Amino acid sequence: MHTSTLAELAKKLRAKEFSVTELTKSLLRRVTAAQPKLNAFITVTAESALAQAAVADAALAAGKAGPLTGLPLAHKDIFCTRGVKTSCGSRMLDNFVSPYDATVVERLNAAGMVTLGKTNMDEFAMGSSNETSWYGPVKNPWDERLVPGGSSGGSAAAVAARVAPIATATDTGGSIRQPAALCGVTGIKPTYGRVSRYGMIAFASSLDQGGLISQSAEDAALVLQAMSGFDPRDSTSVDTPVPNYAETLNAPLAGLKIGLIKEFFDTGLDSAVEKCIREALRVYEKLGAKLVEVKLPALPLSVPTYYVVAPAECSSNLARFDGVRYGHRCAEPKDLMDLYKRSRGEGFGAEVKRRIMTGTYVLSAGYYDAYYLKAQRVRQLINQDFKRAFGEVDVLMGPTAPDVAFSIGAKASDPIQMYLNDIYTIGANLAGVPAMSIPCGFVRDLPVGLQICGPHFGEARLLNVAHAYQKETDWHRRIPAAYSKEVP
Amino acid sequence: MSLNRDQINSIAHLARLSLTEAEIPVYQDSLSKIVDLVGQLDAAPTTGVEPMAHPLPGLAQRMRPDVVTEKDQHELYQRNAPQVEAALYLVPKVIE
Repeated sequence: MHTSTLAELAKKLRAKEFSVTELTKSLLRRVTAAQPKLNAFITVTAESALAQAAVADAALAAGKAGPLTGLPLAHKDIFCTRGVKTSCGSRMLDNFVSPYDATVVERLNAAGMVTLGKTNMDEFAMGSSNETSWYGPVKNPWDERLVPGGSSGGSAAAVAARVAPIATATDTGGSIRQPAALCGVTGIKPTYGRVSRYGMIAFASSLDQGGLISQSAEDAALVLQAMSGFDPRDSTSVDTPVPNYAETLNAPLAGLKIGLIKEFFDTGLDSAVEKCIREALRVYEKLGAKLVEVKLPALPLSVPTYYVVAPAECSSNLARFDGVRYGHRCAEPKDLMDLYKRSRGEGFGAEVKRRIMTGTYVLSAGYYDAYYLKAQRVRQLINQDFKRAFGEVDVLMGPTAPDVAFSIGAKASDPIQMYLNDIYTIGANLAGVPAMSIPCGFVRDLPVGLQICGPHFGEARLLNVAHAYQKETDWHRRIPAAYSKEVP
Repeated sequence: MSLNRDQINSIAHLARLSLTEAEIPVYQDSLSKIVDLVGQLDAAPTTGVEPMAHPLPGLAQRMRPDVVTEKDQHELYQRNAPQVEAALYLVPKVIE
């Protein structure tokens, strides 16, 4: 049953091929078997999963089931879950049991989904390889010597290994799309403001957005439908109706105008990855789409822009971790300043401290205009590039990452090399536009992701465009050999 | 541009982070590289460009009526606190 997509599982549950309890037990066995190899989970919630499964089975038997009833998922450990440890991959929150549910968790619980557990991630979502987690790195199911990408590496590895049929994730600079690409699965980062950030631990509040890592665009559409929409508890949640994604999923692509981002093909792209992307584009041409090259001249500045804006917001957001109200506190503080400094010095890992310090520096007196204000102006230029491009084309396409998955440890000592991994994904966060990554082939036996980007609130079109490709190809159905068999 | 030890110590103090001796040269090196990376922005022509703080221009922050909507759950919330007494968060002595 693990090879089924979420949409297929929903049909099979209704056809009574197996019960939600049987499905949940089978997946929990997979979680346990994969954990020593992949380290994809921080917490497994077996007991509550079986309780939710029993409720879902009763709802199905009574004919009171909704479209998501009984479908299992995993939550990235950045989403607060009531009564369950919510660590954000950090020692700082190793002892934190959330007293409330994030809106995303609340909505998916209400829809009858079954939570298998909380997935591993880069500490406070800061990283592109899952190596910054306090709980150790996640391994890539395609080759366990390699990183799964990050920061949603646990969610991507879990879905790639078919340990969880779908998982929530978050994306501040590529943290959904890059791991989805490196693990050969589908990822969607919705428009800023589409999915509530309430209860989603903040990293950079003008960039963070919750989304999904799934086996297919069709599965993502199913769950995004329930996850999206206005939430008065998030002041940046946008009160715009959520369209019915299933309704337009199969719309024909004839006449679709696809813009190829010239800057993404200019420099730094692995030539075999480029070939793979170009082949995917030919599939779209066959489906009746028209390809045109578009220029987004400010886009190459997205990495430096991001490394001012994101650390600035992070240094401010993470000021809340003070060792007083929750989180790690150092032993025997001699005064209040010592309590703050040592609790934070011990509770945060190296990369988080690097970003807090970068942010503190760019916001400090005398540097604010030169760095922060300047970056906000360049952000506007990047935003205008996207706006102009969407005046000419329906969607933008290009690679998700410059290369396939790299070795664990290969970039860990050089932060700049690590940051450049997100060179193609950061732009969408700066402009707040929705973007996806879908599997489009293999290079050196490792998956490659095609990035699709749309205008604000264009999720329905993105899902439609991704689904059309997945009807023509089977890259998204490929499973790493070590995980293709049923776990007895 | 290269940041010196004093600058790193001063940033760490502002950020309320204790650093070990071994960490200082590591952050000196990486923060200097990051400052160089963001230095690329200097060349971008931004005269007259409106700074962008968030991706939803034109969207005013919503206001809500100033009424109590939460019930008192301090016991639940304080279960995560390192040290609590009589419903108060305890910290080392602040006033001598």
